[in-house]
Amino acid sequence: MNFDLFFQYIVAGITYGTIYAVVAIGFNIIYNATGIINFAQGEFVMLGGMTAVTLLRYLPLPAAVLAAMIITMLVGGLIEILFIRWLYKPSVLRMIIITIGLSILIRETALHIWGEGVKALPYFTGTSVSSIKLGGVFISPQVLWVVGISAVMVALLNIFFSYTITGRQMRACSVNRDAARLCGINAKNMVTLSFMLSAAIGALGGCIVSPITYVQYDSGTPLAIKGFTVAILGGLGNSVAAVAAGLVLGILESFSIWVMPAAYKDVISISILLLILFVRPSGLFGSKEAADLKEF
Amino acid sequence: MRSRIHRALFGLVAAVIAVQQVTAYTGSEYYLTQLTMSAYYSLVIVGLCLLMGYAGQISLGHAGFFAIGGYISAFLTTHDLSPLKDSGIVSFLSKAGLLSQRTDLYGGRLLTVQPWAACIVAILATVVIAYIVGGPVLRLKGHYLAMATLGFGTIIYRIAIGTTALGAADGLSDVPPFRLLPFLEVSGEMSDRVQNYYIAWGLVILAVLFSLNIIHSRIGRALRSIHGAEDAANAMGIDTARYKLNTFVLSAVFASVAGVFLTHYNGGIGPSEASIMKSVRYVAIVAVGGMANLWGALVMGTLLNFLSLRGYLGTYDDAVFGGILIIIMLFVPQGLLHVDVFRGLRGLVLRRPNEKET
Repeated sequence: MNFDLFFQYIVAGITYGTIYAVVAIGFNIIYNATGIINFAQGEFVMLGGMTAVTLLRYLPLPAAVLAAMIITMLVGGLIEILFIRWLYKPSVLRMIIITIGLSILIRETALHIWGEGVKALPYFTGTSVSSIKLGGVFISPQVLWVVGISAVMVALLNIFFSYTITGRQMRACSVNRDAARLCGINAKNMVTLSFMLSAAIGALGGCIVSPITYVQYDSGTPLAIKGFTVAILGGLGNSVAAVAAGLVLGILESFSIWVMPAAYKDVISISILLLILFVRPSGLFGSKEAADLKEF
Repeated sequence: MRSRIHRALFGLVAAVIAVQQVTAYTGSEYYLTQLTMSAYYSLVIVGLCLLMGYAGQISLGHAGFFAIGGYISAFLTTHDLSPLKDSGIVSFLSKAGLLSQRTDLYGGRLLTVQPWAACIVAILATVVIAYIVGGPVLRLKGHYLAMATLGFGTIIYRIAIGTTALGAADGLSDVPPFRLLPFLEVSGEMSDRVQNYYIAWGLVILAVLFSLNIIHSRIGRALRSIHGAEDAANAMGIDTARYKLNTFVLSAVFASVAGVFLTHYNGGIGPSEASIMKSVRYVAIVAVGGMANLWGALVMGTLLNFLSLRGYLGTYDDAVFGGILIIIMLFVPQGLLHVDVFRGLRGLVLRRPNEKET
């Protein structure tokens, strides 16, 4: 393998890894607020991409993406209010089954709205064949968009959680819900907010990646499994580590094509998931002590 | 307790016979095809009910075990060994009576493994895989367990759809009939429809009998204690890990046997049998039946699978199962057919307090 090809694989790995990280961050936000793993997280990504493609008929690209984010955000909030908010101390098994049911319903609704066809947004700049040459490596401008927007998003999220009142209230709820409520924080609203936030992030991810990977009504589930792998790899609840873990998984996956047929790509990443779950469920970057205290 | 079980089992046998008789008299024997298929799916569900309802462990990968059984037996009974006829292993197998000669659709000679030998291999392979996977997976809880089993299911699905030897997206077809006894064989032949119906339901009844015996034994009580409070069960000296693993393997074997039989019945298997949606369906049905309610799971399994296979749910097939999951879990997490519902209804109708509730 020559040097240029090596870098080409790295670039492909980074692109996919970024998306996995975005999905993983969505998982983490809801997990932190509620202790729930939202199995419908991948569907938010699909919903964002699909809505943006439809809206593009009436709106310019940036507006369509923004509108898709807002619509998905509202869907996320609505789902929380309708299906989760009023449950009194639901068991983990119950929440797993409800979110799985939700993911099926969203997927089937998407199937009836958009059909089985594969859709994609246009490339944000240039076309599918345009590329930027960096050294000996060709990079599609969309890759830069994906990485750039995701980086900005992670930075903004960090600012939101560290410096704004709402962000700090959400963090307070995730650390100790009862104490947060005693301080006058409306914990239930924070949960709704976390669903909205994570839906919006998922939708944005779906929009920026759709020119490269395309979206389809059933493209959510595989993304959710990858996103979960990344969330676990980084340590559940830790969004910064999720970015690093996303890149690791993306690059590993992209090199796996070199050794195995592409059809088995998912087998690699899921085997990694199982391996981590068996050996080190606290994640590569998480501390074991902290993991023992959490309830899975 | 014993007599109640016997009565219920007797009722099941009577219902199975009655349904067949009704279809015979009304000339609607075409229903038997879907009822036979529902029976095999119900077999998976009975196994999953033991695991989920009684041992309290979720599995989102049971379609994987179904597919392991189906694919192994389909592959072995359709893969032509005649090019290897002279190699040591093949001639040994042939001498041991494990291989059978037959002609395919185009008149070519095929040398394949006997269905019963393939069935045994499939079940043994399932046991081995279930032990290997189950050991570490069942140490996980909650979300991690759900995701790990989901991951296992996805791996099996990807392997089935990505391997050309397994027919990739088309799956395997032309699977020969499975001759159980000289006059009894599992096949999709029109003339064998009635006997296949009885084979399938006979298998389900055996499985139910076996499961009921487990539930009402020391093992069953141990399993329920694990479901209730695992730490407490451990403290009482119950080897929870071993019980969970054995139940997992048993339910995997149920799924695998169902896979083997249904594959011979349909004459083939495709990757959709291994898909996540199938696993979710099994979980949905166990949930609707009331988790720790074998009869509920069996009734709902037969009913929903029958409706789905007959195509009554149309394009909303998957959506119906998703909707069922949500509604049941939101409003009646203890299940639609939970005994309490029956008692409540009886109380409403008869307007007298239930003697048992004191």
